[in-house]
Amino acid sequence: MKKVMMGNHALSYGAKLARSQVIAAYPITPQTQVVELLSEMCSDGTLDAKFINVESEHSAMAACIGASVAGARAFTATSSQGLALMHEMLHWAAGGRHPIVMGNINRSMAPGWSIWTDQNDSLSERDTGWMQYYCASNQEVLDTVIQAFKVSERLMIPGMVILDAFALSHTYEVVDVPDQALVDKYLPPFKPEIRLTPSDPRAFGGLTGSEHYFELRYKLQKYMEKAPALIEETGREFEKIFGRNLGLVDAYRCDDADFVFVTSGTAGFTARVVVDEFRKSGLKAGNLRIKVFRPFPFAKVREVLKKVKKAAVVDRNCSYGAHGIFYQEVKSALYGEAGMPPVFGYIAGLGGRDITTDSFKEVAAHALAKDKADEEIVWIGVKK
Amino acid sequence: MVEIRFHGRGGQGTVVASKILADAIAKEGNWVQAYPEFGVERRGSPVVAFIRIDDKQIYDKSRIYTPDSVVVVDPTLVEAIDITEGLKLGGTIIINSDRRPEDFPFHGKFNVRTINATEIAVKNKLGSLAAPIVNTAIAGAVIKVLGLTKLESLAAAIREGISIKPEDNVKAAEEAYARA
Repeated sequence: MKKVMMGNHALSYGAKLARSQVIAAYPITPQTQVVELLSEMCSDGTLDAKFINVESEHSAMAACIGASVAGARAFTATSSQGLALMHEMLHWAAGGRHPIVMGNINRSMAPGWSIWTDQNDSLSERDTGWMQYYCASNQEVLDTVIQAFKVSERLMIPGMVILDAFALSHTYEVVDVPDQALVDKYLPPFKPEIRLTPSDPRAFGGLTGSEHYFELRYKLQKYMEKAPALIEETGREFEKIFGRNLGLVDAYRCDDADFVFVTSGTAGFTARVVVDEFRKSGLKAGNLRIKVFRPFPFAKVREVLKKVKKAAVVDRNCSYGAHGIFYQEVKSALYGEAGMPPVFGYIAGLGGRDITTDSFKEVAAHALAKDKADEEIVWIGVKK
Repeated sequence: MVEIRFHGRGGQGTVVASKILADAIAKEGNWVQAYPEFGVERRGSPVVAFIRIDDKQIYDKSRIYTPDSVVVVDPTLVEAIDITEGLKLGGTIIINSDRRPEDFPFHGKFNVRTINATEIAVKNKLGSLAAPIVNTAIAGAVIKVLGLTKLESLAAAIREGISIKPEDNVKAAEEAYARA
């Protein structure tokens, strides 16, 4: 059934169709409508889940961890400062191997106080052991929540479904809401091997000495390494049922491209418009939108970019003292392989500054005029 | 691709109008994006909302800077701000007003149309006399003037999307459609 809905409600519908059993959340702009709708669904009985009101995001994640340990499918959503407050519990969720799925609305970190989008909130949680999916449309938000539960529960690793503040969270788009029976076919109930239950008492998260801790982390990484293939496999399976593919990347007109933008989030859709314009004027352009950031799709990025003459990464984030974060990952994916293209790095759109088709044209004009990428960051649309 | 900008004041239902229009447009199989100005809304202060419509999937996720049409829900905004900013030359401006199109300074440069949505809202007892809710009447005029959807699609969207006095709101939309 097609419905016009905001990105926040696409998260709520995803959590509902996935038959989330426990939802614990604390409201924060621009995430509020996600939990408003879920609490309505819980109270009117359209969703058979326990909704837990908590006093902070730290507690929201703690409650989700408790629920997950007990064998329930747990969901939460937050943004920016809220995600930062959860930080300790994010390590706990991933380290304890609790397959919680969370929505995060990308909102810039304060100060200056901001409610507008950039990716530094979620990218600051890069090393917590969570999978990260960056979405470009409300349809992708809803679909990805369902897929993320499937992938997370297979690997026992939590997943974060990420969308831009306002550009998706508050923007209404046409979303095809999948049939519940088909979602049930795709996503079986969560049945962990081990759970917290009085009939089979066990301790979780106890003191772990140096004779065991190292192996726990080794296993987390080993399971994370299985995720790329599993995301592709579950994406194809999703396509068979629902007609929409959910892969690691969205490579648009890259096959014969000379020049490729590397993007993420909603900017990764706007870039397509510019690619089409360039193609009409004879420039063989493409756009590689990175959908999954953790695990980083190193092999896929290499496969797409090896045939290209130049790549320009546009980051909506900054690792201060280094560079754009996607830029660093893309470069490391190509390092050491012969015949790889030069990679240019750009930063745009921090604090919700719009990334327009003109922004991409400025990026292309800069990259196409040079043989070698600048050592320094190239800032797009900054007032110097 | 058609891009429309709405000007209203917080509390008048401007954002709801854009959502109802998006629902009506989607019913006819078109793709649509509707969004409020990215920020915080306050009752009485100017608010802006946008709609992008196409017959294929819309990939441009940037904001709208050069709309094809502008809809003015609150006529006092015409003096307060430049409602023609970025509007394409010859673009249409639909204003909720009891005045004639030629009474507006930008008449001629743009295609100005007026609809007395306030009168229609008051007649159908939508909102209060002091603060009538004009959004459904405006929507009725907009789909007629810009040829966006059939009246039945808008009526269905109002019935689904507005829980307070849906039938009176449908009547207001129908009357505005007939008069626009």
